[in-house]
Amino acid sequence: MHSLWRTLDRGTLRDIALVCLADAMVGAAFGAIAVSGGLPPWVPVVMSLLVFAGGAQFAAVGVVLSGGAPIAAVAAGLVLNARLLPFGFAIGDVLGGRWWTRLTGAHLMTDEAVAFVLRDGDPRRRHAAFWACGLGLFVSWNAAVVLGALAGRGIGDTDALGLDAAFPAVLLALVLPSLAERNVRNAALRRACVLGALVAVAATPFLPAGLPVLLALIGLVLATRAPAPLPDREVR
Amino acid sequence: MPLLAVVALAAGTYAFRLAGPVLRHRLRLPGRLRHLLSVAATVLLIALVATSALTEGHGFAGWARPAGVLVAGILTLRKAPFPLIVVLAAATTAVLRLLGVP
Repeated sequence: MHSLWRTLDRGTLRDIALVCLADAMVGAAFGAIAVSGGLPPWVPVVMSLLVFAGGAQFAAVGVVLSGGAPIAAVAAGLVLNARLLPFGFAIGDVLGGRWWTRLTGAHLMTDEAVAFVLRDGDPRRRHAAFWACGLGLFVSWNAAVVLGALAGRGIGDTDALGLDAAFPAVLLALVLPSLAERNVRNAALRRACVLGALVAVAATPFLPAGLPVLLALIGLVLATRAPAPLPDREVR
Repeated sequence: MPLLAVVALAAGTYAFRLAGPVLRHRLRLPGRLRHLLSVAATVLLIALVATSALTEGHGFAGWARPAGVLVAGILTLRKAPFPLIVVLAAATTAVLRLLGVP
């Protein structure tokens, strides 16, 4: 664990801390919304510990608070979380080789942690960024949900603070720099991303939340025609 | 919301998360497939950016949020520091809402 902090530069740790702070504010809102909607405080708290996926937690609680059946809440959350399956295949190697690091690391996998991993090409820094982001978010998110659930109605409107723009802004700021690098391989990747995003947005009015993002994988047809992959340490 | 529903959601989510790290270790994936999986992760994250910036439920999210995310995109391409990007994105959205933009 000690080497984890030495591997990451201060800038990366600062970035991770900021993401933890932004997510903590959303977590506090989640706890407050669940409790002020009438759920007992243990529901948001236990859910955050065991599910640990913000979007799915909001979706599931939203279904229940609007009078939906628990099974519908579970289904809505699982569809939203299905993207974690391809994420796990893409970055599963950063969790380390031991069985217990894979068991615990898997639970810490979030969009943000995946984006921090993809930002870096160096295996050691990818590993360290994943664990720092995963552990930091787990602690800050769950602590914030407890505080939000205790505060109840006291938490203000996070939309007024623009925090709903912070989540896409964080992911964009982490993924865009490598996409913007000009090389042949990136051209195919950019085309795949644009097509995927267009498909996902176009499908949103018609499909349950979560499925449009999975449909974005259609964009991969534009990436398979890319030139044969080079080893990791290619010229950039 | 019964505890059973929370546990079911948690178990399903954990299965999604664990499948990759466990199976990846067992199967030796060819380099081409590994490359495609990493492309898939980037495509999914960008799609997540697009849908969470532009849509809310099944409709348009309003102009304030995509405007904030656009500011983030421009600042990222101009190599602004990460905290500035995130704070200015949220501030843009917040100020636009304060001015009455939906």
